[in-house]
Amino acid sequence: MPSKEASPVLEFLDVSKVFGRHRVIDHQTFTVHAGEIFVIIGPSGTGKSVSLKLASGQLMPTEGDVRVLGTSLVDASTKTLEALRQRMGYLFQSGALLGWKTLRENVALPLEVRGKMKPKAIAEAVTKALEDVGLGAAGDRYPAEVSGGMVKRAAFARAIVEHPELLFFDEPTSGLDPVMARTIDDLITQINQKYGAACVVVTHDLAGALRYAHRIAFLKEGRFLEVSTPQAILSSQQPDIQAFLAAQSMEAKYVTST
Amino acid sequence: MILTREVCGSMVQRGLAAMGRTVFIIVIALLSAPLILFRRDIRADFSRQMYVVGIGTLPVSTVVALFTGMILSLQLGIAFRQLSQELMVASTLAYAMLREMGPFMMGIILASCVGSSMAAQLGAMKINEEITALEMMSVNPVRYLVTARMWAMLIMAPLISFYTCVIAFMGGALVAYTQLDVPFLQFMQGVIDASQTKDLWVGLIKATFFGVMICGISCNVGFGTSNGAVGVGASTRRAVIYSFLAILIGGYFVTRCCYAL
Repeated sequence: MPSKEASPVLEFLDVSKVFGRHRVIDHQTFTVHAGEIFVIIGPSGTGKSVSLKLASGQLMPTEGDVRVLGTSLVDASTKTLEALRQRMGYLFQSGALLGWKTLRENVALPLEVRGKMKPKAIAEAVTKALEDVGLGAAGDRYPAEVSGGMVKRAAFARAIVEHPELLFFDEPTSGLDPVMARTIDDLITQINQKYGAACVVVTHDLAGALRYAHRIAFLKEGRFLEVSTPQAILSSQQPDIQAFLAAQSMEAKYVTST
Repeated sequence: MILTREVCGSMVQRGLAAMGRTVFIIVIALLSAPLILFRRDIRADFSRQMYVVGIGTLPVSTVVALFTGMILSLQLGIAFRQLSQELMVASTLAYAMLREMGPFMMGIILASCVGSSMAAQLGAMKINEEITALEMMSVNPVRYLVTARMWAMLIMAPLISFYTCVIAFMGGALVAYTQLDVPFLQFMQGVIDASQTKDLWVGLIKATFFGVMICGISCNVGFGTSNGAVGVGASTRRAVIYSFLAILIGGYFVTRCCYAL
């Protein structure tokens, strides 16, 4: 786990987000440090994905401030936001690969758009990113021709190809079989260790989060009930967290027994 | 829903906002033309879109134009035969097709075949978070996705319009020869004699205007898609309806500007 002296890469300062009359995020304050894997966990509809959208500048807070890599996103110009996003990576729940491009072309896209690298250097970077996620041989296939797990891994490669300082993962293991989910979990750990990127993961997969998280934040109705280490979350006396743990534990036992 | 002042105001406001976004998309896409020259992937997309807009719509354009020419020739022939002026069919057909019917039919075909497809494709991309993914990579979705489509429309629309007119003349000549006893070459000479350069240019300008409008409207509707698969369907329908309205309303104003009373 990174030391507390590590520089903050993401800060939520008393952030609220209101849609109509519904307050989805309610005075959230937390900091993610460089090199840290920070997991936001909680039941569906509690504002996990909204937190991620706020952190990546897809949404702006109704109240408070979001600071990414030392820059406030509130009132940031489009140019500033674009510059910041070049230092971020984002893995979408669906993968969000472009269907008419091969996996290799999808991974190359952010590098080609920048126009800063020569084609040969782009090809090398793409090959390395695909190898990092175990897709070295599948680069010439189209998203429709590969499995959901491979799409997720290709999207993972696209997110890391520019070696971002901050990576966002939106439900990285949803819709995947347990083996593939474990592969994605391992990739998050490997990439975090290899490149030192801070990772913010939104998931409802507690078992996976316990494996790779440095800190876990439990979100309910837009508020963090607890932000602590995986061990502390496991021994938490908070009733909602206990209920969540018990439900996932029962699910695991049922799967094991059947 | 009761049409209160607030509801009407809100509808007007949303309409103006949509128009503003459409104009913005058109301007950005047109100004991004150098991307087609300098970016390999955009150039490939441009070729693909040229094929979709041009070659992809040729079969339907041919059938629609041929039968429109035949119907018009038949209807005009019935009227002109009573005046023993069968040859007037050629000049009237030329007048109608070059000035109005050619660009109009081309617009209807492009709106239903290509505009709907653009709205559906961009709508599905929006739903699948692909548009957001582009934004997260600091890729401008309008420049990246619309530029090739817009320029393909801009180049192909007048060509299709001209092609539609030529095929309609062929259809008209066929009916004139078989049912009005007007020789093919005489009919075509009548078309050429009646065709004025200004009519041709106005028709081509109108077609270009329609093509750009259809692309801008369809892409704007596609980018605004929400609510899953149902939303994609709704966007497709909206793109076609708004494009038809733009063709009719815009067509009137272009005609008004070019042929002042």
